[in-house]
Amino acid sequence: MSLIAISGMRKRFGAIEVLKGVSLALAPGEVLAIIGRSGAGKSTLLRCINGLETIDEGSVTIDGAVLGGHERDLRALRLKVGMVFQHLNLFPHLTAGRNVMLSPMVVKRTPEPEARALACAMLEKVGLADKFGAYPEQLSGGEQQRVAIARALAMRPKALLCDEITSALDPELVQEVLVVVRRLAAEGMTLLMVTHEMRFAREVCDRVVFMHQGTVWEAGPPDAVFNNPKTAELRQFLGVLP
Amino acid sequence: MIQFGLWDIARNLALAARWTIALSLAAFVLGGAVGLAILFARTSRSLWLRRAASTHIELFQGTPLLMQLFLSFFGLSLVGIETSAWSAAAVALTLWTSAFLAEIWRGCVEGIPGGQWDASASLAMSHLQQMRHVVLPQALRIAIPPTVGFAVQVIKGTALASIIGFVEVSKASTMITNASFKPFTVYGMAALIYLALCLPLSMCSRHLERRLHVAHRD
Repeated sequence: MSLIAISGMRKRFGAIEVLKGVSLALAPGEVLAIIGRSGAGKSTLLRCINGLETIDEGSVTIDGAVLGGHERDLRALRLKVGMVFQHLNLFPHLTAGRNVMLSPMVVKRTPEPEARALACAMLEKVGLADKFGAYPEQLSGGEQQRVAIARALAMRPKALLCDEITSALDPELVQEVLVVVRRLAAEGMTLLMVTHEMRFAREVCDRVVFMHQGTVWEAGPPDAVFNNPKTAELRQFLGVLP
Repeated sequence: MIQFGLWDIARNLALAARWTIALSLAAFVLGGAVGLAILFARTSRSLWLRRAASTHIELFQGTPLLMQLFLSFFGLSLVGIETSAWSAAAVALTLWTSAFLAEIWRGCVEGIPGGQWDASASLAMSHLQQMRHVVLPQALRIAIPPTVGFAVQVIKGTALASIIGFVEVSKASTMITNASFKPFTVYGMAALIYLALCLPLSMCSRHLERRLHVAHRD
């Protein structure tokens, strides 16, 4: 059974229809990359799956539960699906460790010592065990993004949505983040990532989806998508990439 | 006729200043509490709460404080509640302060980047938890200078309470003037008292603003 199933999803912002009937399914443990031009609807799709945007038509089913509009549903959904953003949205008034501890303590009512141990373990997982007491402004962009990943993981989600998590980083900081994601994929985490890192998508992902004009234009295993694109749009998209 | 020396004038004004301070504190503390509730309503997801909050803000920002004092003083007695000048003034100033503070703080809350809301929402926090743990702690830092600055307006606003017979510095000045026939001396001293109360606050506000800017540049 799919962990995430999207069916006929439509979303419009005013007069512009950003998603025009997107259907997609993710099996547990699957790593899926979404590629495509800016404005193709990739980020909107991710935001809709996490309930940060409401959808106009279609449905999202997470782990067997259909996503409704109620806040309680949304929060239950977000316990299962974590998200990491392009812009390093760490809480600037809290240390790295506190960033990771906050939600387990506030949402899941985890006692502080346990939450602290959890935060240490999660920071260790992203290679930042020594940065527990550092504030976000004292960390590099890559370190901040790794803390954001640790923060999402601390909620023990079944799947992680990554929205262009390396796009805002300096080139030399991209790899350290991708190393963490690669490790997560190897551990069996279900990942849905919007990315411009084509080599990464080719090496790590089980499946690649090319979105174009608000629809799933072409999808398949990385080999097929990158080496043997069927549509002119995908060929052109891959062609213009360095 | 009683003779009023400088010392008598100063002593009586200083005694009245206690009431100016008490009214300012009451208005600021209670107004802050009500303002916080209105801020939550103003930024909530319920359309009705938002409407009620903005109506409150528009009502109290859009009418003179003097009218609010009159309405509070005469209006309450009209519906059978006997009010002292003190409680009428405290009620009016509290509501007036709450409207302005709620609006100042709303600006600070809206100054927090949307990504902070997204990130905390994606971590399954409720709206209240987002406000309490993520947004307000950050908004508080930028809110301190304008809030302290507004405290000055509250202190000066208490002067209007003299009109409904509340004896604070302004009312006391009028009374002493009537008895002493030394308006310039009396009002001059009253002005100095206001200055002594407000100046430290303005300076503190400016200092905090500068410190905040420095913090931002880092």
